[in-house]
Amino acid sequence: MSRVSQFIFRRRGGSGWHWTDIVTWVWLIGGTILMFGPALWLVSSSLKGPAQLAEFPPTLLPYTQITMPVEGFDNPLPLYTVTNEDGTTEVLAEIRRVGTNAQMVDPDAPEDRINVNIANREPLREIGFATDNYVQPLVTNDFLRFLWNSVFVTTMATLITLLTNSMAAFALSKYDFRGRDAVMLIIVGTLMVPLSVILVPLYSVVSATGLLNSLWGVILPTVATPTGVFLLRQYMLTIPDELLEAARMDHASEWQIYWRIVLPLAAPALAVLAIFSVVWRWNDFLWPLIVLSQRETYTLQVGLNTYAGELNVQWHYILAMTVVTMIPVVIVFIFLQRFITTGIAGAGIK
Amino acid sequence: MAAISKSLGTVVTVPLAWLARIIDYPLRWWQIRTGQGGMAAVFLFPNLAIFGVFVIVPLVLNFLYSTTSGTDIFLPDRTFVGLDQYQRLLSCDDYTRRITCREDQFWTAAGNTLAFVIFQVATMVAVSLITALILNRNIAGRGFFRAVFFFPVLLSPVVVGLIWRWILQRQGLLNLIMVNLGMEPEVWLNDRAYAFTATIGVSVWAHMGFYTLILLAGLQAIPKDLYEAADMDGTPPARVFWRITLPLLGPNLAVVLVLALIKGVQIFDEVYVLTGGGPGTSTLYLTQYIYEVGFASILRNPGLAAAASILMGLVLVVLTLIQLWLSGRKEKAGKR
Amino acid sequence: MKRTMTSFAALAVAMLGTSALAQDPVELRMMWYSDGVEGEVMQDLLDRFEAENPDIDVVLDNVAYQVIQEQLPIQLASGQGPDIARVTNLKEQAVHWLDLRPHVADAAYWDENFGNRFDWMREDGSDAIPGFLTQLTMVGGFANKTLFDQAGVEMPGADGTWDDWVNAAEEVRQSQGTTAAFAIDRSGHRISGPNASFGANYIGEDGMPAPIDDGTMAFVEKLVNWTTEGKQLPDVWVSAAGTTYRSGADDFINAQIPFLYSGSWQVANLSTKIGDAFDWVAIGSPCGPAGCSGLAGGAALVGIKYTEHPEEVARVMDYLGSEPVVREFSERTLFLPAHAGIVETGGLNFQSDDPNVPPALDRFVQASGETLPLADKLPAWKWANAYYGALVSRVSQAMAGEITLDEARMLMDEDIADVVANAQ
Repeated sequence: MSRVSQFIFRRRGGSGWHWTDIVTWVWLIGGTILMFGPALWLVSSSLKGPAQLAEFPPTLLPYTQITMPVEGFDNPLPLYTVTNEDGTTEVLAEIRRVGTNAQMVDPDAPEDRINVNIANREPLREIGFATDNYVQPLVTNDFLRFLWNSVFVTTMATLITLLTNSMAAFALSKYDFRGRDAVMLIIVGTLMVPLSVILVPLYSVVSATGLLNSLWGVILPTVATPTGVFLLRQYMLTIPDELLEAARMDHASEWQIYWRIVLPLAAPALAVLAIFSVVWRWNDFLWPLIVLSQRETYTLQVGLNTYAGELNVQWHYILAMTVVTMIPVVIVFIFLQRFITTGIAGAGIK
Repeated sequence: MAAISKSLGTVVTVPLAWLARIIDYPLRWWQIRTGQGGMAAVFLFPNLAIFGVFVIVPLVLNFLYSTTSGTDIFLPDRTFVGLDQYQRLLSCDDYTRRITCREDQFWTAAGNTLAFVIFQVATMVAVSLITALILNRNIAGRGFFRAVFFFPVLLSPVVVGLIWRWILQRQGLLNLIMVNLGMEPEVWLNDRAYAFTATIGVSVWAHMGFYTLILLAGLQAIPKDLYEAADMDGTPPARVFWRITLPLLGPNLAVVLVLALIKGVQIFDEVYVLTGGGPGTSTLYLTQYIYEVGFASILRNPGLAAAASILMGLVLVVLTLIQLWLSGRKEKAGKR
Repeated sequence: MKRTMTSFAALAVAMLGTSALAQDPVELRMMWYSDGVEGEVMQDLLDRFEAENPDIDVVLDNVAYQVIQEQLPIQLASGQGPDIARVTNLKEQAVHWLDLRPHVADAAYWDENFGNRFDWMREDGSDAIPGFLTQLTMVGGFANKTLFDQAGVEMPGADGTWDDWVNAAEEVRQSQGTTAAFAIDRSGHRISGPNASFGANYIGEDGMPAPIDDGTMAFVEKLVNWTTEGKQLPDVWVSAAGTTYRSGADDFINAQIPFLYSGSWQVANLSTKIGDAFDWVAIGSPCGPAGCSGLAGGAALVGIKYTEHPEEVARVMDYLGSEPVVREFSERTLFLPAHAGIVETGGLNFQSDDPNVPPALDRFVQASGETLPLADKLPAWKWANAYYGALVSRVSQAMAGEITLDEARMLMDEDIADVVANAQ
């Protein structure tokens, strides 16, 4: 036990707590709460009913009102805590509310009706989940179709990104040709153009190439990422040229050198790019929303947005569907986090 | 489990290997005919072709749009007006008073973006650096904490905006905490200063994990013996930090600065969902202005939006060049 | 095993049979957005239509409203798009709507029942039948009757002015401790009825936008003051930039404001979300010096000119526009019908157990007779959106204290002029 605590509270050395130890742990624990807390709040909110979402002040956890079957009534009646005039409280079931008065009964003596001013009653609630937020959209929507489209877009885009970016990075890092710096400059320069500012021209290009309402219209504009080329090139620069020369001595073709030597050696950087690409494409929202307007082509992110109407936004569905789209990201995080964090540290910046 | 993933690996890699072998034949023939230069073209072609069609062509079109006016979407239908759109963006009766400008909201957005970038980049670098320094210490669960700070990087910007809107709005988590602590609840996003701070805080929250990892990589590359030597000399820790850590972290810091700057100027989705640019126009940033003028509004004006985006791009290029030049000079000075 | 084989064979034969008998059905795409349950109702109706008309397959594409607003116009401009769409931007895009007159079974039926709204969705001077309004909307207010009763505040009567209503709601706020007294949706459309009640005129003699007049400024000034005094819930208007739409409905539903100025489309939403929590009433529009005007509007189902199957589109539209179908759609969605025959005969049996709903819908029907001439012209006026957009973005800046009212007036005029200049 003491070994464990010694391990956990391993400090700067020496005896006693140095102030930097305190800062460290405050920072780390505070950071953990700050990084995960907000997402948990979203999950909790997504389980609240529409009325409870608008409540102020909000509650930490989702609640539903307790109902109880009462003799003589077909449907279960909602329970309230009622404060009597003498200050005592009792639990009553409400039959109906008329204006500012509520007709209530004691569940144990359902014959006598009691009139209560609604200011004197508080709903009796228990923790409960509005699972309908999840069930309803999943049942009525072509959820599986959307899921399949999202998986297709993510997979194809990532594969093409890895292939084309690594080929370009190989050329840019291992060949000396005229215009190499110019190509590099153009690629890096376009890092500075966010998609949202060239929507209209990009839309006309995609429309002219006939890719509207096609998943390829979502995939192709995103695969030639400058970030990917840049990252892979930086990594490939660290692969010694001698390896390539040795292979050329053995009459390996340039394609074989790329495929058999450079790609395997660049695996850590490829892995980082793959993870990023998966996450980016999975999360893409604005562009798919613009390209895809036929139901069978929707991705998940587009599908969930159909709950945003002109005059009303059905937040309870949007929150629930947001949580659903987060699930794969969380899975990636849990299983690949070690890989990502060491990968970026190792591959990203050399 | 391992067997499954192994067989899955075989299923994927074996056909790929075959495909690669088949491709090799035509490419070998091509290599013999054209030499290495020709092969460079082959390797560059797929990426550049896609890049050309879906990035370069729209960029050129964007420039053409900026010289036209009208509400039509297709270039041939639009009226050529030369540099009128630029003039409209930049002309003011009195440059000290924003509302005398013809496009006062463009200037508002530009001013807001400038303030945002300055504060956001400073906060981002400071927070990431502190976190990286802490994670570089010899602490328990380092791998776990390193991942913790990276978690938000994986979330989509829309989700990030949504999460924080659900915390900061009137019925949000923050007010729940305030009420429980006995304080008056506040409508955070209705207050100019709070809303501006919130956009900075949220963007730092969402992206700091990435920059922390870059800085951490730099910290771990610093040779340990430098610190040991400093320790033997009895150098105070603050001095060690300024004299050893910071200079050796230089290249990584430069990367962080440039990337944070570029991403900062481009800020859009998170803020659009979080504040919608409000209250008033106090968190209206350039990308949202361009998006609304050119695309989202019923009364869209793609020409004006294109001109604004080109001005924004020019500023970015200049900023990046200055940054690269500065860091390049520093590196040279370091070598000397 | 053998049994599966035979059933497979039977299935295959059946499939071959049907495909041999019938031609492939014509596929029509209908782009649709939903504020509530209307998407499900429409799907029901279409299923029934397809059962009767096996040669037509209508695919309902439920989209976000954002898609209708931002992406559909670009599709249309490039001569593409769905075959049928539910749209709200009726007038400005009128050039893209299909004229159904040569295709519908009975043009006289259409003229008779939908004709009075055709000008909202066709170019000036045209006699086209572009489609029909899926619902008529009427701007108007709602009051939380329970809160008023609890506070012991009398609701202003039928000729209650805006000041009366805001003051009464303010009394309720102070007595009941609600967050604010009232909220108006963040929309230029919503405040244009009240503007008209204060004597505003938007339309110049030549049909082009007139400069912002004193009538508009009179109401806008009141609204800005009410907001800075905290009587209007600031969240709705202040906390967004540009022309973003925000509604105060959620705060009304949560009893944080006793008075909401929104419109008839909220009835279904209020009914489902408020449930039995409190009683609410529709109150029409409060009055100004010139009248008590709301503003009509609506979403329309239109055929798109670029369809390859105009005949089939017309058949779908004939079905959906027929009296029993319109009646059922309105009854199930709690939308006001825009069908003259139905409005005249009345007797809609709205499907709701909520006792608050029928009087509320009646009140809106009544309110549609109380609109002022300007409000009646706006839906068919080409530049209405230019006006609305300028109003929203500048008035909320004035509320946020960024600009003065005089500056707002000047900037609105400039904004409108810019839009007009760019569009010509």
